[in-house]
Amino acid sequence: MTLAREPRLPDPDGWYAALMTAHRDLDEAASRRLDAALVVLLANHIGDAAVLAEALALARAAVSPPAAAGPAAAPAR
Amino acid sequence: MRLAPPLFPYRRPAALDRPGPEAAPLVIVGAGPVGLTLALDLARRGIASVLLDEEDTVSVGSRAICWSKRTLEIYGRLGLGQRFLDKGITWQRGRVFHGEREAYAFDLLPEQGHEYPAFVNLQQYHAEAWLVEACTATGLVDLRWRQRVAALETLPDGVRLRVATPDGEYQMQADWLLACDGAHSTLREGLGLPFLGQIFHDRFLIADVRMRAAFPTERWFWFDPPFHPGQSVLLHKQPDDIWRIDFQLGWDADPEAEKDPARVRARVARMLGPDVPFELDWISVYTFRCRRLERFRHGRVFFLGDAAHQVSPFGARGGNGGVQDADNLGWKLAAVLDGRAPESLLDSYDAERLPAADENILNSSRSTDFITPKNAAARAYRDAILALSATQPLARPLVNSGRLSRPAILTDSPLATGGVATAPAPDAPVLRDGQPDWLLRHIGAAGDGFTLLAFAGPGVPPAAAPPGLTRVVVSQEETPGALFDHAGLATARFAAGPGEAVLLRPDQHIAARFAAPELAAIAAAHAKALGHAP
Repeated sequence: MTLAREPRLPDPDGWYAALMTAHRDLDEAASRRLDAALVVLLANHIGDAAVLAEALALARAAVSPPAAAGPAAAPAR
Repeated sequence: MRLAPPLFPYRRPAALDRPGPEAAPLVIVGAGPVGLTLALDLARRGIASVLLDEEDTVSVGSRAICWSKRTLEIYGRLGLGQRFLDKGITWQRGRVFHGEREAYAFDLLPEQGHEYPAFVNLQQYHAEAWLVEACTATGLVDLRWRQRVAALETLPDGVRLRVATPDGEYQMQADWLLACDGAHSTLREGLGLPFLGQIFHDRFLIADVRMRAAFPTERWFWFDPPFHPGQSVLLHKQPDDIWRIDFQLGWDADPEAEKDPARVRARVARMLGPDVPFELDWISVYTFRCRRLERFRHGRVFFLGDAAHQVSPFGARGGNGGVQDADNLGWKLAAVLDGRAPESLLDSYDAERLPAADENILNSSRSTDFITPKNAAARAYRDAILALSATQPLARPLVNSGRLSRPAILTDSPLATGGVATAPAPDAPVLRDGQPDWLLRHIGAAGDGFTLLAFAGPGVPPAAAPPGLTRVVVSQEETPGALFDHAGLATARFAAGPGEAVLLRPDQHIAARFAAPELAAIAAAHAKALGHAP
């Protein structure tokens, strides 16, 4: 499977409004937790590692250059 | 009242009074669980060793307490399994708490029909005392207490050691040197070998607490509990009414101040409530690193356990990983020293144990990253996952309070034939002459330790074994001399039907499988598993 890139939301404005409503009255930390919970639920629903990896790369590229690979194996003493 | 630890006598070494270096085929440094396990394994294969340790007693404090199923199977093979079962605390359930609530519980070994449970909790000092006793009983382990390696020099065919004793120094010329001298390995430093990996910016307080408490025998892990807000806490039951509690402290904690018994007592009292009397048995504050040597073999020197690799404590992968290093190397050294295998067999120790160490480092690093969020995003995800997990089972696989030690399974071992995965043989209940028995008790138990497990059934005879192999027959019907697979679990777990056969190494790992066993093919796989080029 690959990530669906064509618009699929039946009511984009409605979904966006619902998302904003969910965030209303939350402080910064709680907002982050809400988004995190949402990502976890949706990722589980998708359940496809390739689709999730593609979405993650696309999201990262949209906000910033690609993430560096895992922690560097620097000598530690 | 705490029992006095055993004191092992220092004996003045004869080499002090003789000219020239003492010749020793095999020297093990460090009488912790790993060094002692290796010495015992070698002795049971008829190989003598000198075991040096700078102390003269067992470990202080509980230290490695969770002995995994695979480690228990190894101790079963070495004749100590029942002692672990009798004395240790058997557990397989874990509970995870978040704030004031239980998030969920898990079961590590839901399957029945194994001699050993998922885990036994036991203080490291008990295990060490038994291992010393067992090593001594073999008559092949020359235990030298209060002797430490002051200097070493590697040679093409061995290692020259300067050994310091209370009566002065002497020289030893070892053919093989096994470094089991722990995280602060002086042998590793002596050879100037760098340790590659990462340090975690966190501190933990360990307290061994003596009390009578009604907690069940389960692993309890708290994220952000009311009695220790913002941090995690781990509780394990041990024998002798000792409970092990690990408090996460954070990087800014002052390690010396945190060791103050009054302060520890206050922390424990907040956790247990005002009405539970307890005594402190041992206190330690630690930080940890996840790192390893680039290679574990350096000519005639091998590194095992914490001397070779270190992990975070979450997942019980330190001690168990080290014991499995010894399990892997012991039979190989014995085969080379006996002249049954080429020296190149020993290179497979790196090929097999480096990936295992990487797996342990990966898992314990990930656990640490979950337990100790490094930034606001990581904290938000962790807390969201914990919050979801109380009501949504889908989130529970993401909760990481430690991925508990499992044996490494290798897909590309140089010793395997036919691309078979190098995994420990599964155990299964069997009947032998009508008596209940366990399959694993018969694997690696006789001869040079290689076993052909030959499956038989009605009208299907077991495969024959070539010379030099011990054959163990598993039958689907009661047959004299065979193991009767009365529950069908051996057949199911090996996925091997009548007429098929599995070649097992002395460390009970699978080396090859045969759907239509032929003597020549079995002999070739046996030779390959001993490191002979095909």
